[in-house]
Amino acid sequence: MNDSTAKNLALSHMWVAFSAFILACFMGEYQVLERSGLFDSLSSPSVYFASVSTHGVLMAFVLTTFFIMGFGYYTASHSLKVPVWNPKLAWTGFAIALSGVVMAAIPLLSGLASVLYTFYPPVQAHVAFYMGATLLVIGSWVWCVIMVVMFYQWKKANPGQTVPLVMFATTANALLWLWTSVGVALEVLFQLIPWALGWMDTLDPGLARTLFAWTLHPIVYFWLIPAYTAFYVFAPKQAGAYLFSEEAARMALIVLVVFSLPIGFHHLYMDPEQAKGWKLLHGLGTFIVTLPTLVTGFTVIASLEIAGRLRGGKGLFGWIGTLPWGNSMVLSVILSLLMLIFGGFGGIVNASYAMNTMIHNTAWVPGHFHLIFAGTTIIMYFAIAYYLWPILVKKPLFSKSLALVQLWTWFIGMSIMTTPWHVLGLLGQPRRISSVQYNNLLTLSWEPYELLMILGGLVLLGSACLFFYLLVKTQFGASTEVFEGEVEYAEPLHAVKDLPEYLNDFKLWNKAIAVLMTISFGIPILQFFFMDTYGSSGWGY
Amino acid sequence: MHIDPLERKWVQVSLGMCALFVSIIMLDALFHGVNAPSNVETIDSRKIHLSEEFGEDNLGVQVAENGEITVRLVAGRYAFFPKEITIPAETKITFRWVSMDVLHGVHMPMTNMSTMIVPGYVSQVESSFPRPGEYPMLCNEYCGLGHDHMWSKVSVIDREEWDASRATPDAATNDTTDEEQNNE
Repeated sequence: MNDSTAKNLALSHMWVAFSAFILACFMGEYQVLERSGLFDSLSSPSVYFASVSTHGVLMAFVLTTFFIMGFGYYTASHSLKVPVWNPKLAWTGFAIALSGVVMAAIPLLSGLASVLYTFYPPVQAHVAFYMGATLLVIGSWVWCVIMVVMFYQWKKANPGQTVPLVMFATTANALLWLWTSVGVALEVLFQLIPWALGWMDTLDPGLARTLFAWTLHPIVYFWLIPAYTAFYVFAPKQAGAYLFSEEAARMALIVLVVFSLPIGFHHLYMDPEQAKGWKLLHGLGTFIVTLPTLVTGFTVIASLEIAGRLRGGKGLFGWIGTLPWGNSMVLSVILSLLMLIFGGFGGIVNASYAMNTMIHNTAWVPGHFHLIFAGTTIIMYFAIAYYLWPILVKKPLFSKSLALVQLWTWFIGMSIMTTPWHVLGLLGQPRRISSVQYNNLLTLSWEPYELLMILGGLVLLGSACLFFYLLVKTQFGASTEVFEGEVEYAEPLHAVKDLPEYLNDFKLWNKAIAVLMTISFGIPILQFFFMDTYGSSGWGY
Repeated sequence: MHIDPLERKWVQVSLGMCALFVSIIMLDALFHGVNAPSNVETIDSRKIHLSEEFGEDNLGVQVAENGEITVRLVAGRYAFFPKEITIPAETKITFRWVSMDVLHGVHMPMTNMSTMIVPGYVSQVESSFPRPGEYPMLCNEYCGLGHDHMWSKVSVIDREEWDASRATPDAATNDTTDEEQNNE
């Protein structure tokens, strides 16, 4: 099969993703330097907040969305053995999303959109920022549609057959994204854009926060699912073994998608506009979402154990040493799981209905999500890139050993940087400050941690540069060697037989999501139309 | 369909852990009244200075006839008003917050006094402070370029000291500086 379209789509999307990433890494390092207060010449809140906003948008929206789209196009076409459906439409989606990024970048970089990546009104950004973000989302919807169409076309052409796990996961993610992006789309289209254009004098920030919460938590699972996909379909094979249980993998993915949607209120625990009963309901749902992660951890570790034992590992822990630590995918999975354990612990604290009070909006929160997102998730994006690049460009990876160095330094850097954040959070340091201006003894205890953050940031920046260098060298280096490898998916330990339709399709689950979303967001959103609410006019910054 | 017995066991263990956490939270919420701050009360942020409750004279610490203490504060770029308050330790304090402009958040480090302050809504939190001392009150939600400067001070004093200051006749007002001088 000639899959050059899928390869080109994958490469183009991923280059946008990783270019955004490297730019954002430089901003990240600048931010820890600025915050430390050591360098007077750097201190400027306007530059700092422009930088934080751009860093957040590039990392959370641009890197992730483009990476996920590129990964999806390639694995869909490859695993289903069909060309990408409607390549013209796919390229149109790419163009829409990219023009959105450029449109948002102009106000961001010129300091006209320093509203952070959460853009909570009534602080108001330039309208081009909101429009650019909208175009990025619309471009990604094109991808979702293509994935869903390919899924159902394949099912129609292969009745009764099991959809390949990688495609099942990608489609799950596309549906998750369609469901969850509606919240922010409603906010932007009916509130932010008309208000920023002056068509509407005021908006209700309570309603805006509720709509944003609809998107705000599931979006992190949208980013995470490709990492889990690599855990399930690439890692066991690379370690030299089988996937422990494909059925469990499918169930975990479904529970993740269905229950990640109706739980966004744990971001509103400290908010006045929603009643406690709804917060409690969402809090309980949040705990259900720990289940698929616990199952994923088990299945992946069990698969690795099988590999270790096949390679001669003995005893309770002997199999760990015999794993192929020199394989970048296997190494990444191990490091990723380690960060997931610590990040997940922090997440349970955040999710706890009342315990959240202590760490809400403190430095603990960026500590937590840098572990889960910048650690667990991004390290798997690296691993996927190292795995796919030689296949996409038909040249061997420039240096396998440098790739291992890069992964280790990322892990070490992230550990150095996030530990002080967690401590600072417990010591009461707010997140989202550019410098420490409080004339209080407490702040003295914060200082040493600021220095550690700079060090962690430096290690991370070096690691990011090395990653980018390896991709460039692999694709454009002088090597004339040809790489002939193919993507290989892990076989399940027990062949999948008699798979019930609910583990091979999403029709039932879409209905379940519709019911759960109506229950958990119906009245909380409608209340704004029953109550006497007061709008806010826009504020600069 | 095949599910390994080990995997089945692990799912049961995971469900058990979840159930444990959830039941602790439910017990606390339903029987001990431990809840996130929520009261769904609206207010017009553009007119708070004209409102009876949050007019300038009514801000700060107020003691009701039955002894209940309510603290009313206004958050606005870039300060909490009033800038300094004094409250007793080991006493239930009700904080009522409004924003006069944008979104703010507030917390007192090392305590559970924390809430978001959303324009258009009144945020209410109840807390008590076991340990006397000077606490900063920090804005924890980005509210504009002066966000770093947004903080104020809370003095938590011993309950006896507080009672003594309330017993003296000229401390019957809410003037916190008077109270401090009386207790020297």
